[in-house]
Amino acid sequence: MKQSLQSPAMTRSKVLSVMELRKVYGDTVAVDGISFDVGSNEIVGLLGPNGAGKTTTINMILGVLAPTSGTIHIEDVNIATDRCRALERTNFAAVYAPLPGNLSVYQNLRIFGLLYGVKGLSERIEVLLKHFDLATFRDVKCGVLSSGEQTRVGLTKALLNDPRLLLLDEPTASLDPATARDVRTKIRRFAAQGAGGVLWTSHNMYEVQEVCDRVLFLSHGKILLEGDPKTLPREHGKETLEELFITVAREPLALELG
Amino acid sequence: MDVNRIAAIVLRQYYLMRGNLSRVLSPVVWVTIDILLWGFITKYLNTVTSAGFNFVPALLGAVLLWDFFSRVMHGVTMAFLEDVWSRNFLNIFASPLSISEYLSGLVLTAIATSSVGLIVMLVLATTIFGLAFFAYGLMLVPFLFVLFLFGIALGIVGCTVVLRLGPASEWFVWPIPALISPFAGVFYPISTLPQWMQYLSYVLPPSYVFEGMRTIVWGGAVSGPRLLGGGCLAVFYILLAYWFFLHTYQHAVRTGLIARYSAESMS
Repeated sequence: MKQSLQSPAMTRSKVLSVMELRKVYGDTVAVDGISFDVGSNEIVGLLGPNGAGKTTTINMILGVLAPTSGTIHIEDVNIATDRCRALERTNFAAVYAPLPGNLSVYQNLRIFGLLYGVKGLSERIEVLLKHFDLATFRDVKCGVLSSGEQTRVGLTKALLNDPRLLLLDEPTASLDPATARDVRTKIRRFAAQGAGGVLWTSHNMYEVQEVCDRVLFLSHGKILLEGDPKTLPREHGKETLEELFITVAREPLALELG
Repeated sequence: MDVNRIAAIVLRQYYLMRGNLSRVLSPVVWVTIDILLWGFITKYLNTVTSAGFNFVPALLGAVLLWDFFSRVMHGVTMAFLEDVWSRNFLNIFASPLSISEYLSGLVLTAIATSSVGLIVMLVLATTIFGLAFFAYGLMLVPFLFVLFLFGIALGIVGCTVVLRLGPASEWFVWPIPALISPFAGVFYPISTLPQWMQYLSYVLPPSYVFEGMRTIVWGGAVSGPRLLGGGCLAVFYILLAYWFFLHTYQHAVRTGLIARYSAESMS
């Protein structure tokens, strides 16, 4: 199965190349030698049950967790040897990493804009505040915003530096359906218009099917399946992506053998 | 090092102080209380002891210098703890910011906050209690510099302890200056201490400052090489503290501690 992982991104320039990535904690193998790419203009879904190794993988790509072995290149930059340059072209949003609640939306965006070296920062912030319908919350402290508004602020921060690689860990988890759809549209537009690629984790299979060009199913730290989310269920004798997900979560061995 | 990224760390602290008066008032209030308390104690001591010795430059000057040192150390640690309390580690350390840039930002913040405290202390001590601070002459500059350097070193050590042991360990950090003070000879000559404590004093840069200060008060001349030795020791501690922080950070990256600081659970 692994040989097919390289193919879809081959036609696009790669924004992320993960090779034989492995993370071991004592006797526990959290990520077991996975390899995959994300191409520019591509949205790749990283799916799997809790404990499959999704967040561990994302943390390694973000440089906050050192792999036991394997390499990560963001565009052509190795994060292990040139961390700052690799992260300048990366950004992320995750529900478990809200921006500091004791600073206003604008203050947070200004600080992270400086950290990411954003050119024309003031204009960029104003454009994104309008884009995510946050202009009215400009001077409101992030801590008093609703969880949905905080998620939108997190996404605004994630797009500040117009990243080549955007990592989104369950970005719509706390959003109402209308806002979630709006966010999906914006992320699709980001991927389509610029040169960036997106690695997206979600437990919402409807969303994954709608947004992702390709999905990777992770179980026990290994990539079990990879393919187009619209055709993959039928290829494995399942009606829906959700059914396939449940099979991966409960009977990964059956799929491995299959 | 990127100046903009260092500026971002300083700007964060500036926004926090501007947005919450208690962050500005807290250090000012504590140094004010210290100067008032020790100012009146020295005035009282001047009235009950034999004429000829002025306690103001010896005791009040010592309090002022010691408070400055404590403020520098707490300035670094407080700025770091702001990121701990707001669970901001993942956002900060997943950005292009380097460790040296991050620590530089914390140090610059400490310079700003400790300078405010120093100015308040100088104004109070000179106007209310008549401390002729410039009686220390030009030696005041190296005194403050050595204390500043050692304050930075201990501040970085405080950050390292919290990074390694977790947010609850901040309670180990606050009393560090108090633990050091008996050995540093803030209020008495080092020779007063038993021999084993004196050995420890020799490796603490502040002890050279306070010994020098007392030498001036008693009309002597400060030994330049000894004070320089104290300064070199402080620089050595900064380098050691930086290495300690970097090593602990790398350990945290290997074990996943950085990620867990923000994410309550790893899925």
